[in-house]
Amino acid sequence: MNQFAISATNLVKEFKANKHVVTAINGLSLQVAPGETYGLIGPDGAGKTTTTRVILGLLSRTSGESSVLGFDSMNDMYEIRKRVGYIAQQFSLPPPLTVMENMLFFAGIHSVSSEQQKKRIPELLAFAGLSEFMNRLAGKLSGGMKKKLALACSLIHEPQVVMLDEPTLGVDPVSRREFWNLLGNLRAERGLTIFVCTHYMDEAERCTRVGLMYEGKLIVDDSPANIKRIIPGHVLEFMPSDFAAARKLCNEMDGVLEVQTYGDKLHVFVGDVAKRKPQIEAALASQGITHDNLREIEVRMEEAFISLIRRQKESVEQDGMLTQKSEMSGEI
Amino acid sequence: MQFDFQRLGALMRKETIQILRDRRFIMLFLGLTFVQLFVYSYAASRTVYHLPMAVVDQSQDPTSRSFVQALVNSQYFDATMYLDDQSQAKQAIDKSQVKAALIIPPHFAASVDQHSANFLMLLDGSDQFAVRSGYSAAGLVAQNFGLQMSAESVALTGAMPSLSDSLPINTSTQILYNPDLNDKWFVIPGIIGMILQTLAIEQAAIFLVRDREWGTMEQILATPVRQLELILSKMIPLSILCLLAFGISVGLGIFWFGVPFHGNLFLYFWLALLFLASCLGLGLVISTRATTQFEAETSSMIFMLFGLLLTGLFYPRTGMPLIPQLIGDIAPLTYFIRISRGIYMKGVGLSFVWGDALILVIYTLIVVGISSKTFKMRLD
Repeated sequence: MNQFAISATNLVKEFKANKHVVTAINGLSLQVAPGETYGLIGPDGAGKTTTTRVILGLLSRTSGESSVLGFDSMNDMYEIRKRVGYIAQQFSLPPPLTVMENMLFFAGIHSVSSEQQKKRIPELLAFAGLSEFMNRLAGKLSGGMKKKLALACSLIHEPQVVMLDEPTLGVDPVSRREFWNLLGNLRAERGLTIFVCTHYMDEAERCTRVGLMYEGKLIVDDSPANIKRIIPGHVLEFMPSDFAAARKLCNEMDGVLEVQTYGDKLHVFVGDVAKRKPQIEAALASQGITHDNLREIEVRMEEAFISLIRRQKESVEQDGMLTQKSEMSGEI
Repeated sequence: MQFDFQRLGALMRKETIQILRDRRFIMLFLGLTFVQLFVYSYAASRTVYHLPMAVVDQSQDPTSRSFVQALVNSQYFDATMYLDDQSQAKQAIDKSQVKAALIIPPHFAASVDQHSANFLMLLDGSDQFAVRSGYSAAGLVAQNFGLQMSAESVALTGAMPSLSDSLPINTSTQILYNPDLNDKWFVIPGIIGMILQTLAIEQAAIFLVRDREWGTMEQILATPVRQLELILSKMIPLSILCLLAFGISVGLGIFWFGVPFHGNLFLYFWLALLFLASCLGLGLVISTRATTQFEAETSSMIFMLFGLLLTGLFYPRTGMPLIPQLIGDIAPLTYFIRISRGIYMKGVGLSFVWGDALILVIYTLIVVGISSKTFKMRLD
């Protein structure tokens, strides 16, 4: 028994696809304390969904340890399932059932007594803003309402932990905000531990802690503020008249740590804004590239995320080149 | 805490709502039960009445004329032309003017008296149903006619025919249980099995797959639901509906089609339930293998085809080569058709059908075993 709500140690999950073995989780370790809101972020295919499923015991693990509330994911999966609310990535409540029937269904399979059902169902429907749609078929709800219904259903048995796999995928920004406000209320009122997979960076900013997953591994695990601090330097943003030329120019300049594109804008990472800003302006002017106001912006999760992934890629490539070189020298 | 009736209840409620709101299922249910029963019983009836027949009567005596009349009276044949010899009769068949030709050799009356009468019936082999009907009907009519002649001669002479006496007209056809050669009697007990098999396999196959395709399975697996509860919740409502279809089919068979039920209804019900279990188990096996509803449906369609072609429903299994027979053995319908016809038509008891019943028990154990091994409470 440990004090963590969710824990994984050296977790490995391999899939056998024909003759190939695909490693979806490659030695992942993470701990989530009770009451935390933990965001697992990462590009598509990083292994977020697989991690969630293995921790819940929905998939078997190849090696390593994982547990929820001290219960082992593989051996005590029913104990976990009694205490955890889960929303799968694909919308997955039975579509031919109405909102109310879905609530009753999940209450039933979680063995919620009928007195408790009478109390909790109206509460949860009101909480999710679905009281007016009780008799609508789940399949006929809008994307945002479906997610709210899924959340309400996953809370019917008063779980201690909720695990949400990209709960706002394909939902409009207003509904996304509403959904996260609901989560915020849950955390504040019930001290719920929330584990959420997402690739929306604004959602990651709302988490107390964020794990960045890349190719089956956790490359960073910290609070959003600390992650942004990992990124060296400051970010200068501007919109150049000649995008390609400006990017090439900035990339080659001394004192520029990194250049990222952001729509039709360039984000240039520099160590010393006071020194580098005039140099960049001068260089652009000498090439005849005009631009709008060149200004310093705050580093956001988005920039941190891209920068961390890029560095990870580069270090993997360098490792590859080093091993190639050593192999060649071995031949000589 | 393992099995939980509240959970089972909630799951069954969900399944029942899903079934009743699924228009496809309602269509399939009604379509199979009513349409199949009626279509196969009426339209696909293979007994051919009023075959046009040419008559070559080289005997031209009262006995030969009354034999022709007996064939016509049977409703199976219509004497549409009278010809002089066999070659003309053959031409008439070649030209499709008639489907059958009756050739009565000279001295028919005398040979009937001597119990050595023969006649020749030519049948159009290009029409297999006509051949089959004509062949059986001609034999049957000849037999009856012969019996009647014997009885008349007994009445006339007062002499009892000796045991060694053969019938006056040679015939080797003998039909039990269905003396009128009524196709419905033969078809309906089989169709009842066919309806049950198709409904059970197809729906059981779709049940798990549909939840997986909707993503509902993942959501349900993430709850404390146990494997047995999940499977029972899908099988119980489906079984009830299948038994309803069974009741309707048997009722229609007896009261609408007038096929008399000779056996023990109670025994029939329990063996049908056993057959249903084997079909549901088979559907479950398909459903644990298939990844999409389309795949599950296609696989269950294969069993429907087996059912139509290889189980003895329409085509006798005795004439089949070994391989199709073996393939037919995979379908539980093969065994139930024998049980169904035995109990329904012949009124036999368990002592006659226990072999097939035992096979169904073993079959059920195997498919349920396979499906519970394959079906995991995980996604991988």
